[in-house]
Order: sequence, then C-alpha cells, then structure tokens
Amino acid sequence: MNYSLITLELLAVLLGLAVLVADLWVSPSARRALGLGLSAALACLLAFAVGSLAPQSGSAFADMFVVDDLARYFKGFFLFAGLAVVLMAADFAPKFGAGLSEFFALTVFALVGMLFAASANDLVLLFVSLELITVTFYVLNSFQRTRLASLEAGVKYLILGGVSSAFMVFGIALIFGTANSTNLGVLASKQKELGQSALFLVGLLLVLVGLGFKIAAVPFQMWAPDVYQGSPAPATAFLAVGSKAAGFVLLIRLLVGAVPQITAEWHRLFVVMSGATILYGSLCAIPQRNLKRLMGYSSIANAGYLLLGIVAGSAAGSTAVLYYLGGYAFTVLAAFTVISAIANHVESDDIGALSGLGQRSPFLAAGLTMAIVSLAGIPPMAGFFGKVLLFKSVLDAAPGHPELYALIALAVAGVVMSLYYYFGVIRAIYWGGQSSNLSTIPVALPTRIVLMACLAGMLVLGVFPQGLVKIADHAVTSLTHKAAPTPAKAAH
Amino acid sequence: MDSLTPVILTPVFAAILLLMIPGNYRVVLRTLAILGSALTAWTAVSLFSRFHPGQAALQFESLVPWVTVGPLNVAYHVGADGLNIGLILATGLVGFAAVLVSWNIERHVKLFYVLLMLIIAGAMGAFASLDLIFFYFFNELALVPTFIMIGVWGRGEDRNWAAFKITLYLTLGALTALVGLVAFYVAAGANSLDVTVLKAHLAAHPLPAVAQTWIFPLVVFGFATLVGLFPFHSWAPVGYAAAPTATAMMHAGILKKAGLYAILRMAVPLMPDGAHRWLPVVAFLAIGNLLHCAWVALRQKDMNLLIGNSSLAHMGFAFLGVASLTVIGVTGTVLLMVAHALLAGLSFALSGYLETQTGTLDMTRLGGLLRRMPFYGTALVMGFMAGCGLPGFANFAGEATILFGSWKSLPGLVVIAAWSGLVIGAVAMLRALRAVLHGPERPEFARVADTGAWRRLPFVVLLGALLIFGLAPGLLTSRIEPAAKAVVAAHLKPSEAEAPSAVAPGSAPATATAPAHTDAHSGH
Repeated sequence: MNYSLITLELLAVLLGLAVLVADLWVSPSARRALGLGLSAALACLLAFAVGSLAPQSGSAFADMFVVDDLARYFKGFFLFAGLAVVLMAADFAPKFGAGLSEFFALTVFALVGMLFAASANDLVLLFVSLELITVTFYVLNSFQRTRLASLEAGVKYLILGGVSSAFMVFGIALIFGTANSTNLGVLASKQKELGQSALFLVGLLLVLVGLGFKIAAVPFQMWAPDVYQGSPAPATAFLAVGSKAAGFVLLIRLLVGAVPQITAEWHRLFVVMSGATILYGSLCAIPQRNLKRLMGYSSIANAGYLLLGIVAGSAAGSTAVLYYLGGYAFTVLAAFTVISAIANHVESDDIGALSGLGQRSPFLAAGLTMAIVSLAGIPPMAGFFGKVLLFKSVLDAAPGHPELYALIALAVAGVVMSLYYYFGVIRAIYWGGQSSNLSTIPVALPTRIVLMACLAGMLVLGVFPQGLVKIADHAVTSLTHKAAPTPAKAAH
Repeated sequence: MDSLTPVILTPVFAAILLLMIPGNYRVVLRTLAILGSALTAWTAVSLFSRFHPGQAALQFESLVPWVTVGPLNVAYHVGADGLNIGLILATGLVGFAAVLVSWNIERHVKLFYVLLMLIIAGAMGAFASLDLIFFYFFNELALVPTFIMIGVWGRGEDRNWAAFKITLYLTLGALTALVGLVAFYVAAGANSLDVTVLKAHLAAHPLPAVAQTWIFPLVVFGFATLVGLFPFHSWAPVGYAAAPTATAMMHAGILKKAGLYAILRMAVPLMPDGAHRWLPVVAFLAIGNLLHCAWVALRQKDMNLLIGNSSLAHMGFAFLGVASLTVIGVTGTVLLMVAHALLAGLSFALSGYLETQTGTLDMTRLGGLLRRMPFYGTALVMGFMAGCGLPGFANFAGEATILFGSWKSLPGLVVIAAWSGLVIGAVAMLRALRAVLHGPERPEFARVADTGAWRRLPFVVLLGALLIFGLAPGLLTSRIEPAAKAVVAAHLKPSEAEAPSAVAPGSAPATATAPAHTDAHSGH
C-alpha cells in the first residue's frame, strides 16, 4: 500500500485543522493576516503538487485512489482556485462580520474534497468527496448570516444538494448490486455485460443526476441562479470554478474512463442535455440585471459548452474540456475578484452599479472586461481557443450523426446570444447610465495580485495555448491508456 | 528578414506603450499614437514597394508553429501575395489617417488610442494570415474595441442599439464562417487549417462536390455578412453613423474588406464546385446591394448614412467581380477593395471633420460651405467624385475592370450594376455635394473654419493614394493578377490561361508524394 500518494491531501487537511486551531490565538484584527498566511501555505502546496516532488503515478487503498496525469492536472487546478478564493475572502472580510477563520478553514476542507475527487477511482470515494464539497458549501453559501439572500442560497443548496445526493446513493447501490463492485476499473472491464443490465443502467443514470447537479446542467440547474446570487462573492467563485470542475473530472472518469461504450450508446441523451443546457443558460441570462445571477446563468450555459466535449466522446473532446476548464478558472476567478472588490464599496450586485467603473477604477474595469471577453469566447483570451477545441471535437464526430450538426448550430446561437448579455456588462462599465459617485475604488494588494495572475493566465492561455493543450492531452491519455488494458487483464 | 510580422506587431507594441503612460498626458499619448501608426503605415508602404509584381508565389512569408492538438496543426503563418499586399498598404494608410483625425477626442484619450491600435493590429493580422484560425483570431480582435468605441465616443441617440447590432451581426457572420471552416477541415481530412497546406492536400484528395455544396454557403454567407451583402447588411449604415470617425473609417474602409478577402483567399479557391454552385446566388443578392442600397443612399439626409449606404452599393460591385469567376473580374475586385478602403476612409474622415465644424451632418441644414472651406470643399468634391466612379481615381479602374470581367458570364447583372452603381450613385453623390457645398451661405456657419495645415494631412494621404492608383492602376494590377489567376484557377478553360499549365508541374509531385504520406500516417 502506497500511503505517500495522499501526501497532498493529508497536508491540506492538516492545513485546514491548523487554521481552526490558530483561530484560538489569533486576535480578530489579525485574521486577515491569517488568510494571507494560509494563501502562502496553499501556494507552497500548489508548488508541491505541480513540482517534481509530487507523488508518482499509482493507485492506493484497493485501487480506490489513483494518481495519474488527470488527477495531477485537476489538483493543480483546484489548489490555484482555492488560493485565489482565500485571497479574495481576505479582502472580503468586512462583509462577513465574524467567523473569517471558519470561512478559510471550510474553504480548505472543500478544497480537500476536490483534491480527493480528482483522484477518485471508486464510486464510494466519488460520493464521499462530493459530499465533503457539498456539505462545506452548505455553510459557505450561507456565510453572511445577516443577509436573507445568503441564507436563502444556503437553504436552496442544502435541499437540492440533499436530494441529488440521495439519487446518487441510490444509483451507487444499484450499480453495486449489479456489478458487485464500485470500482471504476472493474466497471470498465465488465461494461459489456453490465450494459445489458437495465438495473445497472438505471443506477448509472441516477449517478449522473448527482453529477449533473454539481455541474448545473439542465434539468438539474435550478439552484444555480439563486445560489450564485445569494452567496458571498468568494464562495460563489469557488462554487463556480471548483465545484463545477470537480463534477467534470468525475464525469470524465466515469463516462470516458469507465463506461465509454455506454456513453457512446447514450450519445443522444448527452446531445439533448448539452443543447438544452446551452439554450436554457443563454436565454435566461438575457433579461438578468444582477451580475452574480447573470454569472449563474452563464455558468449553466458554460456547463452546456463543456458537455459538448463529453458528447464528442473522444480523447479530443476530453482534452477540450480540460483546456476549457483551465481557461474558465482564470476567467471566472478574475470576474469574481472584481465583483467581490466592488461589493466592498457598492452595496449592490446590480449590473447598473457598475456604471462609472471605467472612471472609478480603470484596473478593475479592464479586468472585468477582459474576463467577460474571455467568457464570450473572443480572441485573444483563453475562452476563444477553448470553444474552438470543443466545437472541433464535436464536428470531428459529426459525420454520420446529423443531430450533432443541429447541436453545433445551437451552440453557435448560444454564443451569439451570450454576446448580447455579456456585452451589456461591458456597456455598463464604460458608458451605461450616469453614476453620481465617481470616487475611486481602492484595490488591496492581494486582490490586485489575484486579478493580475488571472488576467495573465487568460492572456497567456489565449495567445500561447500549446502548453496547456499538451498537459491536457497527457492527462486524457493517462486516463484512456489505463482504461484500455483493463479488459485484457480481465480476460485472463 | 523580410516579413509581415512587424506590420502586425508595431501597433500592438504601440498599444502596450500607450497603456504604460498615465492617462492625463494627452499630448504624449497622441504623439505616441501618431508615431506608432505612422511607423505601421511606413512599414506597409515599404513592404508594398518591395513586393515583386508578377509573381504568384507568397512573399514576406514567415511560419511559426503555434499549437498542435491531436492531428491538428495550427501555425502562425503570414505571407503576402497580390490578394493582400494592397489591402495591407491601405490598412497602414487608413490607420494612420484614422489616428490623425482623432485629435478632437477629449474623453478617455488613452483608452481610445489603445483600442484604435488594437483594431489596426487586428486588421493587419487578418489580411496577413494564411491560417484560418489566425484569420479568425485577428478579425475578432477588432470586435470588442469596436463595441466600446461606439458606446463611449459614439454619436447619436441610437449608438447603444447600433453597438449591439454591429457586434451581434459581425459575430454571427464570423461564427457561421468559423463553423464552416472547421467543417471544411473535418471533411477535407487534412491536418491543418493553413490555406497553403489545404490547397496542396486538396490537389491530392479533392473534396466531394456534395460536401462543398453545403460547406461553401456557410463560409461564404458568414463572411459576406461581415461585408454587408444584401440582406445581411442593415448593421452597416447605422453602425458607421453611430461610430466615432476613426472607428467608422477603420470599419467601413478596412475591416469590411476582411470578409471579401477571406472569400477570395479561402472559399473560392478551396471549394471550386461550391463556388460554381453558389456564387450565382451571391451575384443575385449583390443586385440587392447595387439597387437597394444605392436607392436608400439616394434618400438619406444624414451624410454618414449616405456614405454608409453607398459604400454598401460599392460592395455589390465587389461581389459581382467575385461571382464572375474570371481573372479580370477578380483582379478588378481586389483593385476595388483597395480603392474602396481608401475612399471609405476618406469619406468618413471628411464627414467627421464636417461634424466637428458644423455640429451636424443633416444635409438639409448644411449649405454654402465651399466659400468658407475651400480646401475641405475641394477634398469633398474629389472624394465624392471618386465615389461616382470618375476616371482618374482608383475606384473607376476597379469598377471598370469588374464590368469588363463579368460581361461574359453575367451580362444582365452588368447592365444593372452600371445603371445603379454609376447612375444612381452619381446622383446621390452630386446631390449631397450640392446640399453641403453650394447654395446660399448660412449665418449659423459663419464661424466654420477650413482645415489647418496639419488637419489636411489625412485627406492628402488618402486622396493622393486614390489618385496614384487611379492614374497608374498597373501598380496594383501587376501585383494582383497572378494571385487572381490562382483564385479562379479551377474555373479557367484551358485555352484561357497559361497559368494553370505553369502550376501543373508543381502540383504533380505533390500528387505523387501524397499517397506515401497517407501510408506513413496510417502506419501509426
């Protein structure tokens, strides 16, 4: 048994506990410094995770936990997101009132859940890591206890999250009942027989319900707008980036890694899901006036675009998903950094509250504009090449599947619609309405650093995509290579 | 050493430098922007003069691998031939003029020049690119600056609506074309979206006619939307009328040509069967531009709307030249694209100056200005006369060549084009001149001043270029013709051209080596 594989997760758990303990001695005024210390520690973890000292590939705990290139990719991804969220929260502190250290600790525990999710090779670990993420988010979402909207967000997330978890457990039980195992490798080796069993297919479908909830895909999307709007901005950012990516890494491990044949048979289901998600997110975003709610709908639409990569059902599709998520992380974190910085000075998340931002803080204005441009998929930002890869992967698979052409047409329509609502934000920043208050908005150094890092990430990924494409390609190869020899082993 | 890269990167570096200067140093910002665009223009002029005419091969080529995804190779591949060298020159000149006419911008000076530089860089990059992804990349680079510029510095009450309209139309067009291009890549089974690679690949593995007939319309109508082909044109006049002068100049003059350029560079030569099938439809729609837009232009009271609509009418000529599928017609189209780029830039620069002086572009309220503004009036007369197709200006050369080129294949359309473009257009222009320059002097314009020495520079540059290419169109045609031959190579009858026979020996080895290549590929 190779326990060293979970070094990273152990360190992260210890870090979370250390924050909780440190809270006993740190005076309330110094809690912001605690956040800065925590982010420094997370930066060290990030360096460890992507550096050469990181655990080598392998699996542990009866093949429940794997470390491969895919896991490593997402671990780096989650650690960066966690780091950015902690820094964001440190500057958001005045809005929390009490309990800043708990916010930090919970963020780290959610991060641990995501790190485990990246390595989950068993439905049980998949479920436990997802629960760890979901339960911490129940608290994180309702962290502004005095704000009704925040409490509402927490309750909505709690109820719908609970329901989706129940579906998932039921699904896992059915899968275990038919396959006699919850290990993804075993499922992969038996998928031919299992594909014949209706009970197994129902179980798989129920697991997909749980994952669909995490990624906010239609028809499990209804929580997203309310929760995005009500939660404190740093929590929303983590939800939008970390939680969604955790859903996708599990989706990829399950659908692409374990049961690719069934995924191919269910092709139409994913086509419909992806198309409906894009259409719903784009159409509903059009009339929105609240920026965080708009981001909620935009996150639904983006889940639809990401599902295009699953629809493609190819390695190219999964690579596109990974690349798109990489760019999406920088983009959404940049957007929420600005939103959270503004929220400290303007008592509103309305798009109208952005008016005059171009004068009040050219830096924040430029940052939000670049993030919006990337979300809209316009070069030279990362979002552009991500969409190109996704569209290309679907068109690659299209010959012989006329429904894919319809899906592409729908996706194009979604992009055009998205331009309308995204550019409405740009309009508000530069010329929408007359703002009476033109005082400058000060930007604290940590926020400035996060924003700069995200903008640099977006630009570099957009202008030089080769690096990340290669890494994503390796990550996907590590998954499909592992999946391929398993049936041969089972035949012996 | 010789490459098109500097002409793309100069405005980018100028934008980065501008970003580093504090926003209240207006004089420094303006000077830097003028220097940056002047350097870009100078580089473009020198490239144009060093271009060897009469060659079909690419010049000033450079190729840098950019990204490899699975089998797909995307490379930064730029190069010049007859199709784009003239447009690069025009972009340099119009970009320089656009920076010069922006002296009256007072708000957010820094942001304005940064965005303008990005538009220039995007246009240069789009014309220089030989890879389809990079073409799209650069073309879209100009989208956001356009949107912000119309919103922040735009004119009129409708500018909000106009900004959204132009953005949505341009994106829909570009995305449709992008999907068509990716579908083309998938159908062709090549491993690159580089035009030169695709051409070589298609020589060995021709694309089935069926695939061409459904991919071609996606690409062509997508790109035609960027040009303003009837009935996808309604964004153009309102967008230009609402845009600040410099943006209108860059868009009407330069960016609009990117769509036509892409049709000539990618759609027509790569999908000859699709072109054969669909270009008659395009020619038919071009009548809409020629008749409808010219007629609408005739009825306008606002000078910007007049210029915008008549510029759409001119695009009808350009589409006619493409649809003729003859060497002469395509040569004329490229010539007209260059001429119209200069003319549209000039027209919007003129109308912009008029607006700063009189505060209005409503032609019913203008009049008698020639006495007060002799230089400006002369420039306006020359510009509008060029728009009527007066011999001596480059536009005449372009339009006449197109009419000659398409007489054989589309005689009916030529008659319509001659009537509408040359007659209705002339009436519209002459009426505008009468309304603005002639008639009694109006007391409210007593304080209107003619252009000062510096303000004349942009008009002089653009008019000078129009006259040079009008009096010596051979400067352009000698460069364009070999490339035009390559565009329509698949449609030439053997008797018509020696060019295909010159190309044939070159393509034969490619055919021979291609099977070996596929074998190596399948061996993996």
